[in-house]
Amino acid sequence: MHTDADAFGFTVSGIFATWYYVGQRVLKVSMAESKFLMTLGKLHFILYVLGVAAAVISLFMGYTTSKEYAEFEWPIDIAIVIVWVMWGISIFGLIGIRREKSLYISVWYYIATFLGVAMLYLFNNMEIPTYFASGGHGDIMHSVSAYAGTNDALVQWWYGHNAVAFVFTVPIIAMIYYFLPKESGQAIYSYKLSLLSFWGLMFVYLWAGGHHLLFSTVPDWIQTMGSVFSIVLILPSWGSAINMLLTLKGEWQQVASSPLIKFLLLASTFYMFSTLEGPVQAVKSVNAIAHFTDWIPGHVHDGTLGWVGFMIIASIFHMAPRIFKRELYSKSLMTAQFWIQTLGIVFYFTSMWIAGITQGMMWRSHDEYGNLAYSFMDTVNVLHPYMILRGVGGTLFLIGVFMWAYNIYKTMSARPIEESELQSATPMGA
Amino acid sequence: MFHWLEKNPFLFSVGVFLVIAFAGVITLIPSFAEASRPVIGTTPYSTLELAGRHVYIKNSCNACHSQLVRPFKSETDRYGDYSLSGEYAYDRPFLWGSKRTGPDLMRVGNYRTTEWHENHMMDPEALVPGSIMPGYKWMFTNLADIDTAYAEQITVTDFFGVPYNKAVPMKDGSTKTIFMGSTVEEARADALAEAKLVAADMKNQDVKDMVAKGQIPEIVAIIAYMNSLK
Repeated sequence: MHTDADAFGFTVSGIFATWYYVGQRVLKVSMAESKFLMTLGKLHFILYVLGVAAAVISLFMGYTTSKEYAEFEWPIDIAIVIVWVMWGISIFGLIGIRREKSLYISVWYYIATFLGVAMLYLFNNMEIPTYFASGGHGDIMHSVSAYAGTNDALVQWWYGHNAVAFVFTVPIIAMIYYFLPKESGQAIYSYKLSLLSFWGLMFVYLWAGGHHLLFSTVPDWIQTMGSVFSIVLILPSWGSAINMLLTLKGEWQQVASSPLIKFLLLASTFYMFSTLEGPVQAVKSVNAIAHFTDWIPGHVHDGTLGWVGFMIIASIFHMAPRIFKRELYSKSLMTAQFWIQTLGIVFYFTSMWIAGITQGMMWRSHDEYGNLAYSFMDTVNVLHPYMILRGVGGTLFLIGVFMWAYNIYKTMSARPIEESELQSATPMGA
Repeated sequence: MFHWLEKNPFLFSVGVFLVIAFAGVITLIPSFAEASRPVIGTTPYSTLELAGRHVYIKNSCNACHSQLVRPFKSETDRYGDYSLSGEYAYDRPFLWGSKRTGPDLMRVGNYRTTEWHENHMMDPEALVPGSIMPGYKWMFTNLADIDTAYAEQITVTDFFGVPYNKAVPMKDGSTKTIFMGSTVEEARADALAEAKLVAADMKNQDVKDMVAKGQIPEIVAIIAYMNSLK
């Protein structure tokens, strides 16, 4: 429920919104030039919102296939495929009528997002509705997976890991490649580095799913491949992140003066941090301790809050004044939000690290006679203080989200100003 | 270097697709058949057990409990033998889980009884002081969906050749046949007969009365499922 709301509700909204904003600008073409694309775009939005609503309701009713990030039952899956295909038509339609012949880096990443998710989602959700297959018995919503046991796990984590890749990484890189240069007025540091990072990421990422299955019953060589490629993955990930940091070369005073640049800079820093932490956890001996503990959700959250969250927040701060032709309501509110949320994330992941490693070590410790040293309940009780700290961190982040929503709302309802869109830095009120 | 490709969206997309599909083809296909072969002693789920498995999934038990014992001494000491690939041959979907907020349940049938589960599902803290698991009281009144379990049995037999009504080899050299009704009425009667065996070991009078009247509460189904995990 929580992961689906975050992935398919928040992040996918951000992906669609930034695509419609960025796509039209880097291809130098307007949706309004094609009646078909405009209608499709509006329909896409309506169906997407309805689809999300239906998904939420069905999960609350207990309809779930139990697969992580793919819990939806078959009717919702079909709705998702339709919404996704509509987005695909919109992407390639817009590319078809483009004026700028060369595709900008962001567009590469959007195309990869579309293709990657389409492939993964279709194969992982191969399921048979039992009502029709059995000649009309039982619940019409129920379906059974086309894969069993170990194979199901293998397909699921090939999907699960790469859903993270193509929802939480690839499209977010598309955003930063557009918004950071725009906001700072600086050109991307290196074209070759972005080329290497893009193709490297595309090739390497898909191998790494095996690291979710270390010491399980999938074949050893797949586990080893998963581990090794997870380490290799540092290269393209850091390639993109370093490219972003170096784009700010010579313009570091912007970090101090603009809260929007702060968000963008910290997003890419968290991306580096998260893409180093992940490979460390994928090393077999580390994974033996880390798997099944709180360290794993800790890692997910420094990625999703710090990288995905900050990047989408920054994108919307950048887009809102330009779309509504207004000045951002408050710079100081934005700065306060930045520090509160950063503090929240730091509380969150540090408490989860300690909790996870503590639990992992306690599970595996034996006393001097070779018996297990701790009962399972011991390892639950010990986590209490860390969970409180985690709660504090999460609350701080949530407060920041409300500040963000208020800031955007006040921006939308403010008096319009006459500004051309060409300026780089976002205009902000006090 | 690649400028020509960036001007050609079609070739670009084909290129991206090939590059991302490559790893999946290599890692998924070769061992597919091997991994799906059941080990000796693994049987398909009975109608009632399968209905219990659906209750397990519906209540997201797998969010906090894993079903995968890793090959470490600390794990085999705590949970029993490490897992083998073929033991999952009839698990659709797999329920390995990703997080142990609670202990592993791969072999819970070996060390917990019907009565223990009954009390534990009603009020976990009464049996395990300090437990953070909530009670699942509604399972004592909600009815298990036998028809859907039966529909799934038909589906997996037709599509994947799961051996219902066929002799399956056991570890001691004998064979065992897991029955599946030829009509939905037969499946319901079969599940009820199994439910009566579970209810006989339970203390809750309301549950016993319901089963005597021919109804199967979810708690009976999920206990049958958990007892089958060995």
